[in-house]
Amino acid sequence: MIVSIASGKGGTGKTTVAVNLALSVKNAVLLDCDVEEPNVHLFLHPKINEVKPVYVLTPQINEGLCDYCGKCSKFCEYNALFVSLEKIRVFSELCHSCGGCKIVCPLEAITERKRKIGTVKMGIAGNIELVYGELAVSEPMPIPVIKEVKRHVKDRKIVIVDSPPGTSCPMIESVYNSDYCILVAEPTPFGLHDLKITVEVLEKIGIPFGVVINRTEIGDRKTYDYCKRKEIPILLEIPFQRKIAELYSRGIPFINEMPEWRTRFQRLFTEIKERVKD
Amino acid sequence: MISGKGGTGKTTITASFAALAQNTVMVDCDVDASDLHLLLHPQIMQTIEFQGSKLAVMDKIKCVECGLCKDACKFDAINDSFEVNRLLCEGCGVCVVVCPEKALNLSERISGYAFISKTKYGLMSHARLNPGEASSGKLVTLVRQNARQIAEKEKCNLILIDGPPGIGCPVIASVTGIDIGLVVTEPTMSGIHDLERALQLLNHFNVSPLVCINKYDINRKNTKEIVKVCEKNNSEVIGKISFDPIMTKAMVAGKTVVEHSPESTVSREIKRLWETLLRI
Repeated sequence: MIVSIASGKGGTGKTTVAVNLALSVKNAVLLDCDVEEPNVHLFLHPKINEVKPVYVLTPQINEGLCDYCGKCSKFCEYNALFVSLEKIRVFSELCHSCGGCKIVCPLEAITERKRKIGTVKMGIAGNIELVYGELAVSEPMPIPVIKEVKRHVKDRKIVIVDSPPGTSCPMIESVYNSDYCILVAEPTPFGLHDLKITVEVLEKIGIPFGVVINRTEIGDRKTYDYCKRKEIPILLEIPFQRKIAELYSRGIPFINEMPEWRTRFQRLFTEIKERVKD
Repeated sequence: MISGKGGTGKTTITASFAALAQNTVMVDCDVDASDLHLLLHPQIMQTIEFQGSKLAVMDKIKCVECGLCKDACKFDAINDSFEVNRLLCEGCGVCVVVCPEKALNLSERISGYAFISKTKYGLMSHARLNPGEASSGKLVTLVRQNARQIAEKEKCNLILIDGPPGIGCPVIASVTGIDIGLVVTEPTMSGIHDLERALQLLNHFNVSPLVCINKYDINRKNTKEIVKVCEKNNSEVIGKISFDPIMTKAMVAGKTVVEHSPESTVSREIKRLWETLLRI
């Protein structure tokens, strides 16, 4: 079963929920898909046993064969190729690796070369198998790194996916194929606004979802009213407590110090399992 | 204003700056989860359709289900029933060139809207990416072009940009060519980790990075650590803001904190930060 954790707004507590949930169930696989800013490992201190580079394919031009006809640059929707009278340039950071330029080149002057854009790290923390990706700084495209992290989805295991914030392609790639999605929201105007957009996305993809409300007493009741109106289940409420905030700041999963929360996260997981079965 | 980590207070602080600043264009570059409008209450004057990436469209009558398009698509956007998945298609056009039956075409799609608006603090450039659409970087670039045009027309000498979280394409589109990058961080392990990557990003694009620590008093040890991280990355801490629930109360009231509670400690700290920035 794959459970993803998402939220449109950043800093609502996705990683907190992902980490504490993974610690509460047995033998989970935890995938940190926030490859721009991965944080799960800061809470779990995994022993890393494998580091794999992530490559994308970008065009390489054999200028001996190229006659600068310009078909490749005309084809490229991302402006990654520039052809002038006797010059051709590749802007590889704009390339989406679709492979089209190679197909349209009539002279077979284009081959593909590998370019490293990030890494994927695999490790163990207690009984959790952790996989996380890191997009190299200054690289714009996180999707190939997310895809590589998601290759570690395992059948017959509990897979927990920590998604990046937002509602565009990196978030969609992360939550795609999940059996259930937990949306973490703050009961504030920003939190509610971004929750609504995230709900729209999940309805489009067709993933069942419920909400965890974090820092319950900081804002107003409008997020609750919205969930009630839309019949979205509220799966768990986490209060704003100085102790939770302080443990978070030190990189300590709060269920380790507040064991009463372990059963609450276990109950959360049981509820999700039942909802997925239905 | 960027942060790496989300939820550190970028928008709250940008909105306060907007209230303190004069002759400024406000810009919200967080186009998929934009929130600045909830505090600045813009009145939209102009709406511009945004066409992001294209979309492959299948003509089911022409399709003979040979499977060439499905094999060639690097984004797994064509399923077993030969339908194009709008969420996965990146509009590259490979399916169009490999299809022997000419059953596929690329069409324009509206991925969102850019807006030019009026607020009581001045003009604002912002946008809305339709939920689930790609090309947020491209939309950010459009929002910045609009901001630049308004700034030139209205002779504004300052553009204030509220950036998105992360370090990927919309962030890169937000920071290229800016003069000062203010990273808003918080004294948590995650905050520090993400700050370091945000600083590296700004340094890579030759933008002088400055740092402001929000909620600095929730962990003073980490606040000291942030000062060290800044030294290591060619940056410095130019402001600290205390933790105060008044920030959220102001947000609930739909106001910037400097207007909602001008006498509060956080408002004074934000004012001081703004004055420091102006001197730079």
